[in-house]
Amino acid sequence: MSGSARNYNNKQRIHGIMIKQAFKRKMVDKIVSVLAILCVLAAIIPLGSILLEVIKNGASAISLDLLTQPPGAIGSTISGGIAPAIQGTLIVIGLASLIGVPVGILAGIYLSEFASDKELFPSAVRLFNDVLTGLPSVVIGIVGYITIVLTIGSFSVLAGAFSLSIIMIPIVVRITEETLKIVPNSIREAGHSLGIPKWKITLFIVLKSAKSGVLTGIILSISRIAGETAPLIMTILGTSLFFTSFVKPIDALPLRIWRLASQPYESAHSQGWGAALILIVIVVVLSMLLRLLAQRKGFHIKAVHV
Amino acid sequence: MIILIAFSVGNGSKDVFLKEGFFNFLTGTHWNSVEGRESYGALPYIIGTLISSSLAISIGVPISFGIAIFLSEMAPSKVSTPLSYIVELLAAVPSIIYGLWALFVFRFWVRDLIEQPLHNAFGGTIQFFAKTPFGLDIFTAGIVLAIMIIPIVSSISREVLKSVPNSQREAAYSLGATRWETVKIAVFPYARSGLLGAAILGLGRAIGETILVTMIIGNTMGIAAIPNSLFSQSQSLASLIANEFNEASSNLQLSALIGLGAVLLILTMGINIGARLLVSRMVKISGGIRE
Repeated sequence: MSGSARNYNNKQRIHGIMIKQAFKRKMVDKIVSVLAILCVLAAIIPLGSILLEVIKNGASAISLDLLTQPPGAIGSTISGGIAPAIQGTLIVIGLASLIGVPVGILAGIYLSEFASDKELFPSAVRLFNDVLTGLPSVVIGIVGYITIVLTIGSFSVLAGAFSLSIIMIPIVVRITEETLKIVPNSIREAGHSLGIPKWKITLFIVLKSAKSGVLTGIILSISRIAGETAPLIMTILGTSLFFTSFVKPIDALPLRIWRLASQPYESAHSQGWGAALILIVIVVVLSMLLRLLAQRKGFHIKAVHV
Repeated sequence: MIILIAFSVGNGSKDVFLKEGFFNFLTGTHWNSVEGRESYGALPYIIGTLISSSLAISIGVPISFGIAIFLSEMAPSKVSTPLSYIVELLAAVPSIIYGLWALFVFRFWVRDLIEQPLHNAFGGTIQFFAKTPFGLDIFTAGIVLAIMIIPIVSSISREVLKSVPNSQREAAYSLGATRWETVKIAVFPYARSGLLGAAILGLGRAIGETILVTMIIGNTMGIAAIPNSLFSQSQSLASLIANEFNEASSNLQLSALIGLGAVLLILTMGINIGARLLVSRMVKISGGIRE
């Protein structure tokens, strides 16, 4: 009799403990959920503030002069504009793409179509490519300085484009390879069964069906290099003049923002915000384009975070 | 290409290593470019780099993981799709813009809201908070670097968490685990190496970041660049290179700067190779299970 009573008491105690524990576990769960939401907020607030400030300060700075005039003398009342920087950014990015895109796509084609996984060379290329992606841009700038600037003897557009293309190539290679691998084998087999040579299949059939993925890679890499500053300090130097020659220094938006921000004048700062807004618009428009392309083909961009 | 890089950096920094000796260069604290009394030591800048980037990951990585958990485990797809879109968009914002914002807006927030109270509360007793806060210091640099790496780290860790097969979660739920317990016992162990890889990639980013750090770290030289409190001005490898490269007066100084680049190169290359190996192991595991 007493034994069964004790048993019953025990059961009740255990039940009580379980309820308490379940309560505790649910509380922990709630707390963690709240923490996770706080993390999101903690990230959104500064990031939102960045966009807000850039738009607010940038919009008031943008004017026709800003977009079309070269910069005035430091601290003078005629503040001028940032036109050479916009022009320079476009030229340098264009040149870098001219070097980087073909090399990147061809290397990507090689890795996906012609190289076998068992050989040493392709996997070494892949590893180096990944390492190259992670290199600090300032080191790449030094390389550009040593190889081109010292050889030519002056800071130049070419050196800047060369450095930026080094940053660009690994991204393009990686994404080209990933996309070409998604292309189904049946397409290649269809080509082979018609007796088409391999290079023609690769260029005109495989590459064509992977077009939007490859384009995605190119746009991604362009938006990455559009904001690079460090390598440009060492290669194109920055000037306040318009483009004259490929072996002369030139200006670029990130570089101009940097210089403007380090001047002690209100007007320079406001121009800096204007330049920042233009730069952000370029980058955001590019990544919107990227989204659209990616969605249209249902191609999921993955492994592109560099 | 990588050989070209290694060769040109190695060749360019040869001069300074020959003059100072490799270990003296790494451990020296004087940085003097006056002709005749030249001496170059990289230690303060290595320390500055390490402190600012470890601050960055100790703030940024937990927050990123929180975001990744929220996006992949908790939020309904109506919330998580636009949010992850925003996060990825922010990953594309150039670092110069973070720098501009930090220089003109954020440093005042940090100074008035965080540093000043900390200084007032603990300044007398703890050496860490002893210096009068100014806003342009290693603490601000760490926080802004953290903000910069959050989008990247959180979007990679979201991918990693997504690659965890659902059967893992279902098993945990079927045992009556709460959502957090599921994440803790079923998702995290599975995704551990991938998450570690994401964190290390963030670290690599923070170490190599140049222009942002240059704008807010305060740019001190020599022995003063070894921070003695959380609020001291400092200098990192990359920011010193950016500051002095165009003004380098002698070949030796140039070579010293390139030497700094070589140190940076070795540091980030090691970190990156480590991270890639970890991540690729993770991907292999998950790939094996999926098949």
